[in-house]
Amino acid sequence: MYLDHAATTPMRPEAVAAMEPFLRGTFGNPSGGHAVARAAKTALEEAREEIAELLGARPAEVVFTAGGTEADNLAVKGAARHARVTGVGDGVVTTAFEHKGVLASCDRLAAEGFRIATVALPASGVVDVDALMAAVDDRTALVSVMLVNNEVGTIQPLEEIVARVRDRAPQALVHTDAVQAVPWLDVARATSTADLVAISAHKFGGPKGTGALVVRDRAAPEPLIEGGGQERGLRSGTSNVAGAVAMAAALRATGSARDADSARLALLRNRLVDGLLAAVPDAFENGDRAQKVAGNAHVGFQGVEAETLLVALDRAGICAAAGSSCSSGATEPSHVLAAMGIARVDALTSIRLSLGFASTDVDIDAALTAIPDAVAQLRHAGAAA
Amino acid sequence: MSGGVDSSVAAALLQEQGHDVTGVTLKLWGGASDSGCCSVADVEDARRVAAQLGVPHYVFNLTDDFTDSVVNPYIDEHAAGHTPNPCVECNRSIKFGRLLDRSEALGFDFLATGHHARVVSTGAGAYSLRRGVDGAKDQSYVLYMLGQRELARTRLPVGELTKADVREHAARLGLRTAHKPESMDVCFITRGGREAFLADRVPARSGVVVDTSGATLGRHAGVTAFTVGQRRRLGVVTGERRYVVDIDPRTATVTIGGSRELLRNEVALRDLVFVDGAPTGSELHAQVRAHGQPIRSSLEGATVCFATPQPRVAPGQVVALYDGDALVGGGIAT
Repeated sequence: MYLDHAATTPMRPEAVAAMEPFLRGTFGNPSGGHAVARAAKTALEEAREEIAELLGARPAEVVFTAGGTEADNLAVKGAARHARVTGVGDGVVTTAFEHKGVLASCDRLAAEGFRIATVALPASGVVDVDALMAAVDDRTALVSVMLVNNEVGTIQPLEEIVARVRDRAPQALVHTDAVQAVPWLDVARATSTADLVAISAHKFGGPKGTGALVVRDRAAPEPLIEGGGQERGLRSGTSNVAGAVAMAAALRATGSARDADSARLALLRNRLVDGLLAAVPDAFENGDRAQKVAGNAHVGFQGVEAETLLVALDRAGICAAAGSSCSSGATEPSHVLAAMGIARVDALTSIRLSLGFASTDVDIDAALTAIPDAVAQLRHAGAAA
Repeated sequence: MSGGVDSSVAAALLQEQGHDVTGVTLKLWGGASDSGCCSVADVEDARRVAAQLGVPHYVFNLTDDFTDSVVNPYIDEHAAGHTPNPCVECNRSIKFGRLLDRSEALGFDFLATGHHARVVSTGAGAYSLRRGVDGAKDQSYVLYMLGQRELARTRLPVGELTKADVREHAARLGLRTAHKPESMDVCFITRGGREAFLADRVPARSGVVVDTSGATLGRHAGVTAFTVGQRRRLGVVTGERRYVVDIDPRTATVTIGGSRELLRNEVALRDLVFVDGAPTGSELHAQVRAHGQPIRSSLEGATVCFATPQPRVAPGQVVALYDGDALVGGGIAT
């Protein structure tokens, strides 16, 4: 039973079918000049056009990357460094619960002398725009706020943020990490006013190692990877044609199914969370459910360590997650919950159950049996110890 | 599974014996630097061995507990002029504390490690901890704190093998850890060594070096650079061989003396524990360091009396007591 769609999703059949010809036959390097290259180039540009249309961008604004983290790095480091070169500013404003791709980029920028303001969040998991704006000034180069949080699933008021940044600091660019939003929101509409938008294919049924950054007119990030000048010089390296084609197919399929999937999965998610809160004593929910995407459930069970519970659930056939994974595979205490002011003891007893297009009633039934059982077993053992 | 050859073979042996095995690697230290015992490369070795054996593998992040139960006490002990054994505290608090509890809560019957020692059933539900078959690799000393509750749930399969057997077994199975070198040092101390680690964490307080009559021989930069019994780098030039015979952290005074002045007839222990009740026989052997020679001794209350005078045991060191190759118990030298 797979309840970890926010970590990654299975590939949609449409995406697999779309990429297959480029794994078997159409192998050309799209940067070349002959017939084999042209076939690959055509496919790459058709994928770009399709992704642009689905994201509400122009094709020239879509930069393919090797995933969401790279897209965030290019947006944050690239835009900030460009602003310093042009003398626009040296300030970056972001939230404390961004993806590490943004936060680590900000750490790097801080070491380079940029002023980084990291705004904490309320327990609802939705940024307080007044608090965010208090950190924006005349020398702010970039404001970066994710569209949907990866751990608690809360939707951020991006349109309002962009409008207020334009008003207060017209020189500043706005980046949004929309990686978690694609399965649930009309990203084209939600990000239409942002300057930089990051997505990642494997979060919506596409392959891993493929993502994109929308770079709108005003933005001119400094590239991170230089070489042959592909992707308008913003991302050198031979293009991942199969990945781009599959991402386009996955994005199309996700868009077509989105409204129906969201409605269906919100019901499943509510049944799951309400069922757990009813069945398990001293259980709690993290983040304001009314402001979450349909697939996110984030619950805690007092006195039960998440790390232990996840092993018990894995042994019972339930795949779930807590915190974020580090390179060693150990679970790190969640910086997201800490940013929301949630006590460490509560954070360490909280798990994320994330639904996706492949989730069904069967998954929820299994979780509603296995989780209360595991919590009861671990609490019993803890009381005996 | 540390990612070393012993725990790799322990897992393989248990699987061969028909157990349903699950591998666990502990992340204990590292933080951003991710170095030492829980480096990504070591976790990856453990994960790959588990995958090769076809068993599940988890990484448990016990860094908070490790810092509280092992690293901070290690620093405090050194600041007090003592010589702690952090591997012992890790076994007590982490491996046979937190991990054993967690394994029990998850419904596992036994916790197995790659330690070279043997758990032997002595009948009627009682267990004895014996030295490993490979005397040179025996690790029963660092497991002296295991009582009946822990031993009943512990399996130490490689204690039945020599280290050469372990490596041969790993090679036969094609385990990637077969020829991996052993780790010898304290896992959380990497670059710079112990003194640099402590210098960053213990406020330096200079003091004097005196002889046993109290005459000042020189000065030192801080007591953490000294251990009772140490004879190198005393910072004092004397004609004869000199040893640290005492450290007084309150006055930051280090006393040095000749080898005879270091000799003691006994060592008093704190936190004395027994594997299965206090020993009845009087003829015991004490071991005062990880691979030290057994010293014929008797136990009177919480004091170990040596049959012949011995160099003073540094306070903080473990004294383990044996009856033959069976561990009887032990405590911490005061």
